[in-house]
Amino acid sequence: MRILVCISNVPDTTTKVRFADGNTRLDTAGIQWVINPWDELSLTRALELKEEGGSGVEEVVVAHVGPPTSDPTIRKALAIGADSAIRVNTGASDAFQVAAQLSAILKEQSFDLVLCGIESSDYNGSNVGGMLAEFAGWPSVSAISGLAVAGGEVSVTREIDGGREWLRVPTPFVGIVQKGIAKEPRIASMRGIMQARTKPILVLEPDDTAPLTRVLDFEPPRPRAACKFVDASDPAELIRLLQNEAKVI
Amino acid sequence: MSVIVYTENWDGKFKKLSFELASYAVSLAEMLGTEAIALSLGDVGDDELERLGQYGIRRVIHLSGEGLAPFDSQVAAGIISHVAAREGARALVLANNNLGKALAPRLSVRLKAGLASGVHQLPSSINPFVVSKKVYSGNAFARLELQGEIKVLTLAQNSFDLVEQAGEVAISREEAVAFEKPAAELLESHKQSGKVLLSDADIVVSGGRGMKSPGNWGPIEELAELLGGATACSRPVSDEGWRPHEEHTGQTGKVIAPNLYIAVGISGATQHLAGISSSKYIVAINTDKDAPIFEAAQYGIVGDAAKILPRLVEAVKALKS
Repeated sequence: MRILVCISNVPDTTTKVRFADGNTRLDTAGIQWVINPWDELSLTRALELKEEGGSGVEEVVVAHVGPPTSDPTIRKALAIGADSAIRVNTGASDAFQVAAQLSAILKEQSFDLVLCGIESSDYNGSNVGGMLAEFAGWPSVSAISGLAVAGGEVSVTREIDGGREWLRVPTPFVGIVQKGIAKEPRIASMRGIMQARTKPILVLEPDDTAPLTRVLDFEPPRPRAACKFVDASDPAELIRLLQNEAKVI
Repeated sequence: MSVIVYTENWDGKFKKLSFELASYAVSLAEMLGTEAIALSLGDVGDDELERLGQYGIRRVIHLSGEGLAPFDSQVAAGIISHVAAREGARALVLANNNLGKALAPRLSVRLKAGLASGVHQLPSSINPFVVSKKVYSGNAFARLELQGEIKVLTLAQNSFDLVEQAGEVAISREEAVAFEKPAAELLESHKQSGKVLLSDADIVVSGGRGMKSPGNWGPIEELAELLGGATACSRPVSDEGWRPHEEHTGQTGKVIAPNLYIAVGISGATQHLAGISSSKYIVAINTDKDAPIFEAAQYGIVGDAAKILPRLVEAVKALKS
């Protein structure tokens, strides 16, 4: 069984985001780039499955759509333990374009399971996984918080509003992964970092799919009013304010 | 022409989110000079469907049939896009919840429709179609221009006010035209019952590591219950196993937008704020006056939660009696 894990290259989640060129693009100065947190959890789970005896998972490949400047993030995924990587060489500008490029990989190579993080921490779209499945004509299961593979048979835990379901899913399908799939993202070992240097990154050229959305500009959120402090000796005052001033209780 | 709004049901019932979606779709249809049609799948009675009429919906298409369970986004997207094409939809509106997030990307590809997920207001212009959404986990908004004949939007919960416009509703009941069968087989399911769902709660009381031990959660639960709200927690608390993972609010946990969020013993790391920054009011209770949570909060108390919480509980009890 081969698993493809799609990874997005995003600013570190503690980044103080700033914009440049009249707020039309992210100011990338000083930004640390990382694997999107949900993608990192997907990769961690895929590697755990590969190591588990009897899962039938033989190979874990990571896929990324982006320019050569993303390579350090791809190398990070290889250092964590992915066997190889595929990069589609384009600075794709929206989820539609990214998903189209990823689906082209599925035409070139055969995979049993594709994992995508439920969203990326930059655009927060939750778009790529579902779009990829639709381009490929594959089923998908969204909001997966658990993934088990035994003898090539896949079962998942799906989070639904106010509950949870356990499903058996025939392959191939796209698993759209949320928190819970793995406990902690795996950290690369020194040996892993050394090995990653020689692991292959296959570079594919993009097709001509045009994007369907365009970012016109960014706007920082409106600043909130300064915090009104209530003295710790009179907590009841807080309840009065919430009732009479904010009118929320 | 039309705007199609997909109104999901929960065991045959709608909730406030459904009416927010209806209100949004009706307002969007007015901008586009067309009508809003609510699309409902599954098992919903006429009485319930008619409630959409309170919010300006005049036409409901209700589809039932084989192959709708277990939910399969490929099957449902096929059914919805079939109706959208037949009704000449110019826009599709869905909730930005688990189901909406699973369906919208498929509809976008199937209909070659520009997608904006998590919108919080009406488009600022129709031609070009420009709409705003939160990005960078709540640290900025982006204005997006959507291409395509059809647009797909998912609406963030509790971001759009209800617009009441009562009137008659025409309901047509049809057999769903499914092109595929559900791929997965349902083995088991579990539904939370009796409690206010965190995602639906108007008021959320949340505890962080400052609560010191899982044994100290009593007053948090009591306060939430008295206020008719839900309980939540920060990531370290769920990682420690002090509280269940479903309660984790933050970037990688649940993203919520209640009217009131009370953060107790939570310092307010960027990742936590990402999950709660859409709350209308944030209250912070923390011993550290420099904790970043106070920058996000409108009301704050600097002090020890163990002393303050019981007194808040008392004050709410006094208010309710």
